[in-house]
Amino acid sequence: MQIALFIIFGLLAVAGALNLLFQRHPINSALSLVVVMMSLAVLYWSLGAEFLAAAQVIVYAGAIMVLFVFVVMLLNAGEEDRTHGSKIAYIAGIPGAAATFCLLSFVFLSERKQLGSTEIGGYLTNAVSNITEISHTLFTSLLLPFEVTSILILVAILGAVVLARKEL
Amino acid sequence: MAVPIAFYLILAAILFSIGIAAFLIKRNIITIFMSIELMLNAVNLTFVAFSHMWHQVSGQIFVFFVMVVAAAEAAVGLAIIISLFRVRQTLDVDQINLLKD
Repeated sequence: MQIALFIIFGLLAVAGALNLLFQRHPINSALSLVVVMMSLAVLYWSLGAEFLAAAQVIVYAGAIMVLFVFVVMLLNAGEEDRTHGSKIAYIAGIPGAAATFCLLSFVFLSERKQLGSTEIGGYLTNAVSNITEISHTLFTSLLLPFEVTSILILVAILGAVVLARKEL
Repeated sequence: MAVPIAFYLILAAILFSIGIAAFLIKRNIITIFMSIELMLNAVNLTFVAFSHMWHQVSGQIFVFFVMVVAAAEAAVGLAIIISLFRVRQTLDVDQINLLKD
């Protein structure tokens, strides 16, 4: 079952990412990125991270992508056109990305035995559940970073309001 | 049937490489921003896979913080894009070359 989930949603994620690359209109790219994030949420769930699967759907697919679609529609962004700069990017970009992929997959495949494989059930060593374990760690040993995060979000809100004001 | 962790990592590598290619090829600034989000998601997948491998929850907490930072980054970045569009009336990164001339 796990391999079926992995193949279906892995292929869906790769197809969505390729669609993001090949579509010319930003709305189409944004909607294919939603497909990628939804399939990644299923993959998180299959890896035993239920909390992150829910947070992925709510935060990424729900909040961030809605913000992107909102900005695309607000700015009335149309199709992009090919220019001279993008030809140079094609020459440099595709081999660079392919080289990165080859390097990473070579490392991962050569360490395949040490990495092991997934198993359903028994994800954490002594945990009752995933959410219990995460919240216990987050609110005891990582309490200070968690609170600093709230300050970061406050600064981000203020920065967004100041930057998007009418008179800059 | 169990899936090797390496397959998850290779899927993340594929997504990350597509993100790099989209970042370099795309000319629309919003799409470039979306490819950054794609790369962040690929990194999150490796964190979750390693967290599963080590039976530890720390990797998932990393992903939690990455999500928070990505949300803050999206808010500020899109505000910058909006104010840039007000000044230059374009979203094409080739035409945003104030530092070049």
